[in-house]
Amino acid sequence: MYTLPNKLKLFAIIFMVIGAIGIVSGFLNAPANTAEVKEMLASHGDGHGNETSHEESNGHVDEGHGEETAHAGEHEAVGHGDEEAHLEHTLHQLQNRPWSALYIACFFFFMIALGCLAFYAIQFAAQAGWSPVLFRVMEGITAYLVPGGIIMFVLLALSGFHLNHLFVWADPEVVAHDKLIQGKSGWLNGTGLLIRAAIFMGGWLLYRHFAVKFSRKSDNEAGTTWFKKSFRISAGFLVFFIYTESMMSWDWLMSFDPHWFSTLYGWYVFAGMMVCAITTIALVTIYLKSKGYLEVVNDSHIHDLAKFMFGFSIFWTYLWFSQFMLIWYANIPEEVTYFVTRIEQYKLPFFGMLAMNFLFPVLLLMNSDYKRVNWFVVLTGIVILAGHYIDLFVMVMPGTVGSSWYIGIPELGAMCFFFGLFVYVVFSALTKAPLVVKNNPFIKESKQYHY
Amino acid sequence: MASKVIHAIYNDDDILMHAVKDVRAERYHIEEVYTPFPVHGLDKMMGLEPTRIAITSFMYGLVGLTVSIVMMNFIMIEDWPQDIGGKPSFSYIENMPAFVPIMFELTVFFAAHLMVLTFYMRSKLWPFKKAENPDVRTTDDHFLMAVDAGHHDTDEVMDFLRNTGAIEINLIDTDEDH
Repeated sequence: MYTLPNKLKLFAIIFMVIGAIGIVSGFLNAPANTAEVKEMLASHGDGHGNETSHEESNGHVDEGHGEETAHAGEHEAVGHGDEEAHLEHTLHQLQNRPWSALYIACFFFFMIALGCLAFYAIQFAAQAGWSPVLFRVMEGITAYLVPGGIIMFVLLALSGFHLNHLFVWADPEVVAHDKLIQGKSGWLNGTGLLIRAAIFMGGWLLYRHFAVKFSRKSDNEAGTTWFKKSFRISAGFLVFFIYTESMMSWDWLMSFDPHWFSTLYGWYVFAGMMVCAITTIALVTIYLKSKGYLEVVNDSHIHDLAKFMFGFSIFWTYLWFSQFMLIWYANIPEEVTYFVTRIEQYKLPFFGMLAMNFLFPVLLLMNSDYKRVNWFVVLTGIVILAGHYIDLFVMVMPGTVGSSWYIGIPELGAMCFFFGLFVYVVFSALTKAPLVVKNNPFIKESKQYHY
Repeated sequence: MASKVIHAIYNDDDILMHAVKDVRAERYHIEEVYTPFPVHGLDKMMGLEPTRIAITSFMYGLVGLTVSIVMMNFIMIEDWPQDIGGKPSFSYIENMPAFVPIMFELTVFFAAHLMVLTFYMRSKLWPFKKAENPDVRTTDDHFLMAVDAGHHDTDEVMDFLRNTGAIEINLIDTDEDH
């Protein structure tokens, strides 16, 4: 049995407190009116990335990442006629920023738990022989679905009913003047969003509840009864999951740019989700092993997880490129704006995350021996997780804050808060049951697993 | 120079594996083992070094990548500049997304084909090559271990091999030099 060490508990709580302070200060520092925006733009020193929105008004499209690229001279040259409109625009962007930061961090950790649930279901459906020693780790990670899902639902409710401005399609004024969104409003509306979110999350949590229940029950009862039940619900869940995950990605991410659409977006989000989930499983497993738990997990299991990290990183890149190349090649204005915005205003994160999510794992994990070196897997894993956070950032931010982006206190605060919550929930859940399952028909094979 | 090789024939891969282990423990030198199918773990048991073909594959991949870049740059940019996707930039890097599939395919093509050729050369295999196989039964259901008799007493080695479960022991005198 694993017990939650007080140090780890304290570690998680400290992260949550620091994160909460960051989130609150993000909301407090957001400007309330255009006068404050003007003031913020005038003071270049505090470096909250306002300068970037500023340069845009001068018709000067910058890479958009430099706080030091302040052009005081150009600042004064802003035309007076459109200044107020521009300030109004920037105000909305800056007010959206803490909400977006919260949304991204919340979804990031939620998708780790969700990807882990799908991975867990695949193990049962495929009757995998290598992985049963990792089942409890996966069950622990999926425990985050409950608190993460509740926060996600609240955020979706706030955005879907236009209590914040995250979803443009939720703003009745915008929709009134927008033929394209009007055409989609049958799907894109607050009520529909919440009904769908409830169905998706309900289904996922239902599967999680029964899968964990069956797994615990089989600890006390020999035979394959519970395994067969798990197999059946896992197969069913995977069918449900692949449809709902796809729709979830349209609702929760793609609708930030409601004019734009991509038919492989669901797969793309799924690939990112799986890499993060498998990386997290590897990190938690290596952590527990380093503390003397999970003795039955050997290097061959870590090797397999690293293979999945490697493989899904390439799969993610394949989907990213498939989406990018077709749109880039065809160059149809309504499609290509998606990438034009990102390359012009988000150049560093846009290309940086490609290096982090593709080049880095491919080069580091290509060698078979390196996949067994635990610290190598940890190092690559951290870069992969950071890379996919930035990937999510680049998916969401252009639609909500436009060029007024910056990774500062609101973003880091939200990350810290959800990280602390994630660690707390996952490791508390790990204490609930023995770390290795019993009576799974494949447990012996898994314990003796050798590459 | 005369050298003596003992051919021990087995009819089971498990017995063969144990025999290899025992023979190595006695510090006799195993020249080669002929099997009708790949026996998992035999290379490790024989103490063979791990293969380096993956490293050659990586290098061939890099060669393929370079070839594709140089080739596409010559064909599409320099020799006959193309307007790709309605964006006449005539720069390789700006048109790179269009070239990525070719870059990928040639990387894989070079890595795969050259790796196979390397494997053939390293294993000394080529068309019309005469089989080195000392006994045709090793292509059917028998396993053959060739042990170098060296300075050992041949009778002693043969007795030892018989005890490891060999069904047949032959002493081969290779007088002719090759």
